[in-house]
Amino acid sequence: MASDLLQMALLIGAVLLAAWPLGRYMARVFEGQRTFLDPLLRPVERWIYRLSGVDESREMSWKTYAASLLWFNGAGLAVLFLLQLVQGWLPLNPQHFPSVRWDTALNTAVSFVTNTNWQSYAGESTMSDLTQMAGLTVQNFLSAATGAAVVIALIRGLVRRQAAAIGNFWVDVTRCTLWVLLPLSLVVSLALVSQGVIQNLGPYVTVRTLEGAGQTIPMGPVASQEAIKMLGTNGGGFFNANSAHPFENPTPVSNMLEMWSILVLPAALVFTFGRMTGKPRQGAVILGAMLLLFALALAGTYLSERAGNPLLAQMGVQAPTAMEGKEVRFGIGQSALFSVVTTAVSCGAVNNMHDSLTPLGGMVPMLLMMLGEVVFGGIGSGLYGMLVFALMTVFLVGLMVGRTPEYLGKKIEAREVKLATLAVIVPAATILTGAAVSVVTPAGLSSLGNPGPHGLSEVLYAFASGAGNNGSAFGGLNAGTLYYNLAIALAMWIGRFGVILPVLGIAGSLAAKKPVPEGPGTFRTDTSLFSLLLAATVLLVGALTFFPALALGPVVEHIMMWLGTAA
Amino acid sequence: MTERADETLRGANPGKMFTREVLREAFKESFRKLDPRVQWRNPVMFIVEIGSLLTTLFVAADVFRHRAEFWFDLQLAIWLWLTVLFANFAESLAEGRGKAQAAALRRTRSQTVAKKVVGDRIEMVPATALRKGDVVLVEAGDIIPGDGEVIEGLASVDESAVTGESAPVIRESGGDRSSVTGGTRVLSDWIRVRIAADPGETFLDRMIGLVEGAKRQKTPNEVALTILLVGLSIILLLSVITLAPFALYSGASPSIPVLVALLVCLIPTTIGGLLSAIGIAGMDRLLKRNVLAMSGRAVEAAGDVDVLLLDKTGTITLGNRMATELIPAPGVTPDELAVAAQLASLADETPEGRSIVRLIKEQFQLREPDVKAIGATFVPFSAHTRMSGVDVGRWRIRKGAPDAIAAYVREQGGEVPQEVSREVERIAKQGGTPLLVASDDRVLGTVYLKDIVKGGIKERFATLRKMGIKTVMITGDNPLTAAAIAAEAGVDDFLAEATPEAKLARIREYQAQGHLVAMTGDGTNDAPALAQADVGMAMNSGTQAAKEAGNMVDLDSDPTKLIEVVEIGKQLLITRGALTTFSIANDVAKYFAIIPAMFSATYPQLNLLNVMGLSTPHNAILAAVVFNALIILVLVPLALRGVRYRPSGADALLRRNLLIYGLGGLAAPFVGIKLLDLVFTAVGIR
Repeated sequence: MASDLLQMALLIGAVLLAAWPLGRYMARVFEGQRTFLDPLLRPVERWIYRLSGVDESREMSWKTYAASLLWFNGAGLAVLFLLQLVQGWLPLNPQHFPSVRWDTALNTAVSFVTNTNWQSYAGESTMSDLTQMAGLTVQNFLSAATGAAVVIALIRGLVRRQAAAIGNFWVDVTRCTLWVLLPLSLVVSLALVSQGVIQNLGPYVTVRTLEGAGQTIPMGPVASQEAIKMLGTNGGGFFNANSAHPFENPTPVSNMLEMWSILVLPAALVFTFGRMTGKPRQGAVILGAMLLLFALALAGTYLSERAGNPLLAQMGVQAPTAMEGKEVRFGIGQSALFSVVTTAVSCGAVNNMHDSLTPLGGMVPMLLMMLGEVVFGGIGSGLYGMLVFALMTVFLVGLMVGRTPEYLGKKIEAREVKLATLAVIVPAATILTGAAVSVVTPAGLSSLGNPGPHGLSEVLYAFASGAGNNGSAFGGLNAGTLYYNLAIALAMWIGRFGVILPVLGIAGSLAAKKPVPEGPGTFRTDTSLFSLLLAATVLLVGALTFFPALALGPVVEHIMMWLGTAA
Repeated sequence: MTERADETLRGANPGKMFTREVLREAFKESFRKLDPRVQWRNPVMFIVEIGSLLTTLFVAADVFRHRAEFWFDLQLAIWLWLTVLFANFAESLAEGRGKAQAAALRRTRSQTVAKKVVGDRIEMVPATALRKGDVVLVEAGDIIPGDGEVIEGLASVDESAVTGESAPVIRESGGDRSSVTGGTRVLSDWIRVRIAADPGETFLDRMIGLVEGAKRQKTPNEVALTILLVGLSIILLLSVITLAPFALYSGASPSIPVLVALLVCLIPTTIGGLLSAIGIAGMDRLLKRNVLAMSGRAVEAAGDVDVLLLDKTGTITLGNRMATELIPAPGVTPDELAVAAQLASLADETPEGRSIVRLIKEQFQLREPDVKAIGATFVPFSAHTRMSGVDVGRWRIRKGAPDAIAAYVREQGGEVPQEVSREVERIAKQGGTPLLVASDDRVLGTVYLKDIVKGGIKERFATLRKMGIKTVMITGDNPLTAAAIAAEAGVDDFLAEATPEAKLARIREYQAQGHLVAMTGDGTNDAPALAQADVGMAMNSGTQAAKEAGNMVDLDSDPTKLIEVVEIGKQLLITRGALTTFSIANDVAKYFAIIPAMFSATYPQLNLLNVMGLSTPHNAILAAVVFNALIILVLVPLALRGVRYRPSGADALLRRNLLIYGLGGLAAPFVGIKLLDLVFTAVGIR
């Protein structure tokens, strides 16, 4: 236990230590200030703009910004979809995989464009190297950059006074990719290779095992995709087993490095927020709320996994009893930690099978996704989700000081409340509706791997993962069917753009406002009390929405396990 | 000629909160409001009404199906309807008091007959037939038929019908006392009035509309809060609707009444039911203090105000400057100065003049001389000479502004001694007004006129500062004087030598910095500033233009009241926030009551969540619904009275209200539901 705690503390410490300078660096990048990479990257950036005809000095209104974003992602979707449909005729396909089924291709395209990386296929037996590199990995970069752009636009909305524009989408995406994602990915890829992660374009290797049987070992450009899979909070593994696969995640060091990579950019963006608003305390308060929720979640999963399964203990199995679906080299501690990290951040990479977690241990990752992926969350999406919750908290609680609520000096009025409410209820409604339809229709029910409460958990998890743009799965559910491919694709699309559009609307609306000067009558949002209130609001809204469903799924399942009434 | 409306605005509003009449009317109105077209205005309660209807239909069907749950469902249906009725009752009660006042006001208006001036003749027409621009004659005993401007004559007017103040006021043509209000009565003399408003738009009409709540529109913050409540209701509605398939999958089939019960308990009915009552009650609290807000928006803005522009005179200082000291010039005895000053002031009817006479009487025991006996002629004050005085034979005494007297003395070949100049400077620096007294070519000395800062005002400003509100004193004084008074009164800033333009510019400047500004005013030249300010409170004694420009009118014409208005605005917002927090925090306990009960047949294991140890599933659900309904009724007085507000900083307010309404809201239903369950068990409800 002590060593588990030490590792957890080490991870958080390492993340915060890196996030602080990285966040400041990113603020410089997005504010267009000089950085040490400028001599190298400015020419590239200028060349890109010249080639694509972008005027980098022209800023956009929120509507233009949103339209550009939709256009960009729509185009990305089309390209990725088509690429999969024709991969059979294209080069860099050493295993001669045929073209991908249309519904799987659509689901995958939506999945990678929305930064979800839900995979209803096994990568090593479906996607060619070309699709993996030119399709999936490219979207791993661009979807991450899109999320970052949105939160930067929102921050600008909070900071600017009586402004019509919230930045230039093309510039934000380009700078995020060139200055942040590419260099970091390069460094992390090399570090992963040093741990033994493979990187080649060769055909799969057939070997004779000790027992004399033949085994095909898949090969591919894994390290390069692995880095951005983590850094970009994407989560889509090269291999079906994801980060449980020894070629993706061979050692405890690579395991820590991968968790660090998942957390570092979402955490850094909080520092960027503090920097760009000129109010580092405001960023610290958001970070505090995230850390608090993270600690609660980690405690939940870790303790539940450590307590294990009493039914197995009765059968004489030595503790730890909850080892099903976990890699022995990671154990309870690193597995529980990875599960919480990957669902707190909307990454979705896994190093253990979430389906096999204890019911409450598995409920926590599910709940983290249902809360809207705001505990660090995806690149950009986590912070903008949290800021939306901050607006709601300010509005709910702020009235109690006797003033029209304001956040960072911007008054929160009907329009912002409307859009913030929309951003919160759209993903929640998607999860509930999707799961409800699935558990009463034959198409939905036929994919269930387990009956009873656990079956319900599988379906809830799938839609929570889709709408939350997480991408991890409860493996028991066969998601490769036409129904789930389409239903979850829809959930992912709504969960992504159903939040981004209101958030950009808020950015536009806030940017146009005049800030109210701060005084002793102002509701303060830079105190630890506000951290607490923010975390409480996130929990309360999530709990109120999902408690009935969770009660029939993991909650009752766990009680049954305790009482010894189910296997 | 007309029946005198004895029930003035105040008369209809005795100390008691609710009369039996008002309660009875509210009771009837609660049922009338069940009309879905009315209920629609309140989306949260509309959902409850639909749910009640569904449950009732289900109960009706039960009768034929002989379902065992009939009695349980019936009880649920009754309590669901009661939930809607309680909310309606709260709103009706809030409206009720206004309605009684409006009825009294309307009586005043409808029976008035006007003497319309047409050419040389007078025509008798009903007041309702008057149009803007008509001229009417109003004589002693007549009721003024409409709002307007006095264009001729002077009269004493009893304005108690609108102000509740029984002392008559003078209204005359020209100047700042020319506006009259329809419904008030001329006591003596006569005036001609040019009507300034069409019927339906007069002050009285607006007042009736306001107190009745007929034209009540949701205020911006109310709209925003409603959106949030609707959003919460939608997601909870979805949560309950999707629970049906989830339950079906799990092998359970909760009945419609039980699902409705869960929904009604979860959606924010407490704040949803009380929201409009809170708003109306806020307007009502203002009205009780004799302030008429032209819109709820203005009341809400008052809560946000963080800069108060206050006129010095009447608000910060007592109305007039008083003489406090006589300082003789070198070589002049105090008595000599006193005699001259007294003579010069005897005929001076200004408050300053009278205060000089009083001071001399008290300090020097000088009796007032018989003016006629000494054959004095008075020289009145004129704007041109800026001095007044008296001539006794060839002896000429003058008093006035230092520069005016200096010029006068120099004209006579005299000179102002240096000591006197120094004295003048000292007084000005201390915030006083120096007056010089001269006898022929000799300056006799200085009179120190002092602004008396109102008692307790400094503490009041300190409180405002704690609330985060900056006070700015507006004065026509020179900067030196202004600074001294500002320091004495403890205001944060001042605007000296204020002109209407300077006032307007200063307001704009604050607004550009993002501040919300409140001010008071009465004169026509205040109108632009009143209109520009976020909260502009006009004095009822002021001109029509000022009243039109502001968004509030103080019937007592007391500028200090602006501070109370701000407090009422804050209290309104706090009450809303507190009840919202309370309402949402309540949900936690309700889940623990209903969810285990709902699935007791399918998953008896869930009884582990029955932390309150409720007796039976039916009792658990019923207790939650009954608690949810009763809490509305229990909180009605709080909604109408407003959450107790103690002026203090935001941090202190937040901590206190979070503790009471946040944690209290979390804990209260656990206790309440458990108690109800115990009661049900005791009286044998199964």
